[in-house]
Amino acid sequence: MEILEDTPGKKILLLGNEAITRGAIEAGIDVATTYPGTPSSEIADTFSLIARSLIKQNKEPSYYFEYSVNEKVALEIAAAASITGLRALTCMKHVGLNVASDAFMTYLYVGCKGGHVIISADDPSCHSSQNEQDNRYFALFGNAPMLEPSTPDEAREMTRVGFDLSEEIKLPILLRTTTRLNHVRGEINLEKIQKPRGKGHFEKDPMLVTVPAIARLQHPILLEKINKAEKISEKSKFNKIINIGKPNGWGIVTSGVAYNYVKEIAEDLKLNVRILKLGMTHPIPRKMCEEFIKSCKDIVVVEELEPILENQLKVMAYEINSKVKFYGKSTGHFSRLYEFNLDIVADAFSKLFKIKNPIIKPKESKIKLPSRPPALCPGCPHRATYYAVKKAAPKTTIYPTDIGCYTLGKAPPYEVADLLLCMGSNAGTACGFAVSTDQKIISFMGDSTFFHSGIPPIIDAVHHNHDVVITVLDNRTTAMTGHQPHPGNEFDGMGRPARKILVEDVVKGCGVEHIEIVNPNKIKETTEAFKRALEFKGTSVVVSKSPCILLENRDKRKRGEKIFVYEIDQEVCRKCKICISRFSCPSFYYGDDDAIFIDSQQCNGCGNCADICPFEAISPKEAKK
Amino acid sequence: MKGKINIILTGVGGQGVITAANILGKAALKEKVNVFVSEVHGMAQRGGSVNCSVRMGEVSGPLVPSGTADVILSTEPIEALRYISYSNKNTKIITDINPVIPYTVSVGEEEYPDIDEVFKELSKYGKLYKIDAVKISKDAGALITKNIVMLGALSATGILPFPPDVFLETILENIPKKFKAMNRKAFDGGLKAIK
Repeated sequence: MEILEDTPGKKILLLGNEAITRGAIEAGIDVATTYPGTPSSEIADTFSLIARSLIKQNKEPSYYFEYSVNEKVALEIAAAASITGLRALTCMKHVGLNVASDAFMTYLYVGCKGGHVIISADDPSCHSSQNEQDNRYFALFGNAPMLEPSTPDEAREMTRVGFDLSEEIKLPILLRTTTRLNHVRGEINLEKIQKPRGKGHFEKDPMLVTVPAIARLQHPILLEKINKAEKISEKSKFNKIINIGKPNGWGIVTSGVAYNYVKEIAEDLKLNVRILKLGMTHPIPRKMCEEFIKSCKDIVVVEELEPILENQLKVMAYEINSKVKFYGKSTGHFSRLYEFNLDIVADAFSKLFKIKNPIIKPKESKIKLPSRPPALCPGCPHRATYYAVKKAAPKTTIYPTDIGCYTLGKAPPYEVADLLLCMGSNAGTACGFAVSTDQKIISFMGDSTFFHSGIPPIIDAVHHNHDVVITVLDNRTTAMTGHQPHPGNEFDGMGRPARKILVEDVVKGCGVEHIEIVNPNKIKETTEAFKRALEFKGTSVVVSKSPCILLENRDKRKRGEKIFVYEIDQEVCRKCKICISRFSCPSFYYGDDDAIFIDSQQCNGCGNCADICPFEAISPKEAKK
Repeated sequence: MKGKINIILTGVGGQGVITAANILGKAALKEKVNVFVSEVHGMAQRGGSVNCSVRMGEVSGPLVPSGTADVILSTEPIEALRYISYSNKNTKIITDINPVIPYTVSVGEEEYPDIDEVFKELSKYGKLYKIDAVKISKDAGALITKNIVMLGALSATGILPFPPDVFLETILENIPKKFKAMNRKAFDGGLKAIK
């Protein structure tokens, strides 16, 4: 594998996320943990892929890797590994750090021993997320040193160096990335791979037990560490000044991906500016920034999302009695919303520097284009569950939903997604609706979400006897983020055998008295099961079990089994449209005269349409090529 | 390399757009050309419209700015039009002529525009090249090689900083042995379709 080559100086093309994994391997990573989430997933998936391929060749991977049950557990495992002196990495999407934040905040009091890099993959513009929170606040909130890479190769280098920094400061390092770093491919300059430490050793230390008396002692130690980190930040090679043209009093301060836009537009517009590129943004190098402020009359701050650098620089300018003028979020030159691009930076710079904007957008076409919204795949078992639910439930039913492919049930004709906050929120909000209304409640979560954070609200529901139906859509994988395994699988993230935990066993253990286990592809039986669950007074759980069709068909192909696609007998079809407008599988389409057909390219052969057709017009036909 | 090359690759999820962008990136790296490839992952990928930026040369930002694409390479006609804001009058717009009907159209919620109107509109924005990549790929051996047909057509424009034979070599390095002959045919088919 190219990513494992110990060939310093060689250049290869890697995705930003793969580059982070490479950086950790170069640093001799011992333990890596995660809970998958876009845009972070490929960091962990690369660890998983490498481990699985080595184990297949009967070779022992040089590190331990796991897809943990959730981000908090992932962080705790890596923190303990670090405390024994090993090098550890934990990666997650930005909202994952909310889940891990309880551990994160006090871990910073305790500190680490072996280097620990925590990656937060933020998602400005919410490409695949429920919010666009700026996790740089977490670095300030908890006092974690922070690095912000601009390019894939810088991400590799910062990860590698991050482990050394972490050991020097004795704190975990927050490597804060954004989607436009995670999902960009660029040139990577390989460096030497260091040997992992292998086994750690835990030495007992009363300072690790954060009872109040210890916590009060640890807090000032944390502040001392951050003071030391500031001195490191002053000398860090990741903080640098770049002159473009002949600087004449204008300065630009920027970090992360925004730097790329600043550099390119400043060069294109032939500006005369000094750019302060900050890579280690917490603690911010105060002296360096003060010197920079003194050298400028006007400063533009270009950062995505929140005005974190901007506000800190303004405080510094005040403290040194500087009269420098700042331009950024507060002057309206840049937005606190969404990700930036070259267009946005060019537009702001052309106004600030009174130069004609070189980027000219052509007039939009007047032709109206049909949309291509994401939809549940043909053959997705969630569709069958939703079809059954809609048959069973009264119109006023409330449908709290959760994070996963099944959130796509929001779209017509199902419209079975009424409230979404975060991982696991379906069941908690279901309980809230139960105490507040007389409406029926059916909530949905996936199996991976169930293990992640869906269990505590079920216990709450049982204990308080909330009248809710909680559905676990058990497709045996974490589908949306790329089919990662979870505790319901018989193998782990390294491809080794693992103890499989059944959703229904856990639910039973939680004390749920009414449990329905259904195969959603048997739509009539599933409908009856939901009717019984709705009638039950109290907490009921429906476990709807059917594997993700993409995995099922992949396994069938591996086994050499045929997948039969379905066809509508045009002689028998009465054009009642139930299949196309109520079941709404994307492989259905209208031909001439409202005749309905199935696209054999798209059909995944689930056969549910044959079940719901009242005229028995649909049947399997030929094996899919 | 002096100057910049901006390429937009678009199409529908599953047509190999991301793979094509990745191969293009690898070819640039091999020829020692600075390159960034920007992709879409996660929820945006499920059955939707896909758009990748490939930038080469003196570039820092990973996304192609509006009105600056040298080429818009599209595996589906309306997807070329969807991203037309990247074009200027010098942009070469290369599109497969075969529509992929969105689900919203199949069920009668929305309409797919008249295909000749789409081509007429595209040619107002830049220099339009229409190719039947479906036919060329099937003639080469399989529809799955359609993205390689598109890369052949891209190479024929002369916009890339490496000649077609060098590009083809990199493509074949990234493809399993048993599919090499098929992909070579697909690439040549695309190359000829533009000439």
